[in-house]
Amino acid sequence: MTTRITEIWVGLFVAGGMAALFMLAMQVSNLSTYSNEEGYDIEARFEDASGLKVRSPVTMAGVTIGRVKDIVFDDNTLQAVVIMRLDNVHNRLPDGTSASIYTAGLLGEKYVGLEPGSSANECEDMMLEAEMEGREFDPANCQSKPGYLAEGSKIQITQGSMVLEKLIGQFVSKFLTEGDGKAKDNAGDNTGGGTDNTETTKGQKG
Amino acid sequence: MEYLQSLGHKGLSFFQRLGRGHILLANIVMGLHTLLPRLRLVLIQVFSVGVLSLIIILVSGLFVGMVLGLQGYNTLVDFGAEESLGVVVALSLVRELGPVVSALLFAGRAGSALTAEIGLMKATEQLSAMEMMAVDPVRRVLAPRFVAGVISMPLLAAIFSAVGVLGGYFVGVGLLGVDEGAYWSQMQSSVDLYDDIYNGVIKSIVFGIVVTWIAVFEGQDAIPTSEGVSRATTRTVVHSSLAVLGLDFVLTALMFGD
Repeated sequence: MTTRITEIWVGLFVAGGMAALFMLAMQVSNLSTYSNEEGYDIEARFEDASGLKVRSPVTMAGVTIGRVKDIVFDDNTLQAVVIMRLDNVHNRLPDGTSASIYTAGLLGEKYVGLEPGSSANECEDMMLEAEMEGREFDPANCQSKPGYLAEGSKIQITQGSMVLEKLIGQFVSKFLTEGDGKAKDNAGDNTGGGTDNTETTKGQKG
Repeated sequence: MEYLQSLGHKGLSFFQRLGRGHILLANIVMGLHTLLPRLRLVLIQVFSVGVLSLIIILVSGLFVGMVLGLQGYNTLVDFGAEESLGVVVALSLVRELGPVVSALLFAGRAGSALTAEIGLMKATEQLSAMEMMAVDPVRRVLAPRFVAGVISMPLLAAIFSAVGVLGGYFVGVGLLGVDEGAYWSQMQSSVDLYDDIYNGVIKSIVFGIVVTWIAVFEGQDAIPTSEGVSRATTRTVVHSSLAVLGLDFVLTALMFGD
């Protein structure tokens, strides 16, 4: 009888331990949201991919639809090549989709945000055009097939990470030039313009 | 000169003990296959090593989780980040506190009992009697206890972490009003199955091996008197606690250091 109770207790213990492990795996970890074993890879080139990591989420409309698979540096174009694996179920993204690197929250982790762009689908363009001009549109005229992102597609339009230091630098240089009351025309320009202006002011001062 | 001699004596006896410990470990591992037809021995030991440690593990896990929830909330609320409470509780439990605290409790609860039991067997010459009957005490007595410890430790650590996460949930969501969805979803998005949970399990397996190894060895190596057994028991708790904390640093550096 005692051995029976012992065995029942050991069974309960082992089952409880397994259940705890299972609960940790399912409830606590990201296993339930992690399902990108199967999917297709797309590629995007960024001027700046700082802060992005392998396994960072790839989202569209705020929903995670894939993960960053690899980040490499291209010696020829001096750009960061980000390879993303998207879930197979999301296979109808227009090929004009653009990719940007965003920050979750003010100081949170970086993620890739995809935004649907105009697909190279000429039919839709023609349809819209026809609607605008009040003509009737015949789908049979349309030859081109809708373009979707697929294995190996490259995203053309990208926007790299915003680096806080760069932004502050831009702001400061803009602020300085405006403070001198000179070259206000260029104040809204990019950093390049801003630095040029500060240099000229310095030159004039010297 | 006498100081030098005593230093040399201590050094030599230290290395002798270390060597005996490793020989014992090798003997246990070599004899593991003879355990297969006698799994019942292991089962009985899992009961006395694992099941009887359940109460202390459950209660400490619950309270550690609750304290983590309280402390984490008080710190995070200053930054308006109390939604991250789940992440704080889960990561600290799964990565560190679960394996380490349960290994320390295990050393105190089960390791000391193992040493005392084996030491007493030696003091009352039961081990010698077994050898006279051509029964290898390493295989019959020590190996089942060692295996039971190695099996129990990761299970206990997992139970500790799971109960701790629930404790943090009770305090954070139940008492302090953290959003329930945020508690779980932030936790799920930050805790990684491989990086965090598997590494925690590996840690606790290593701790289980080390703690039971030390306990079994100290028992077998004890001076067969009542004083010797009591000193061996103390040494088990002290040495295995130190080993757990030291190894924890090494393992953490290897796993999370990248």
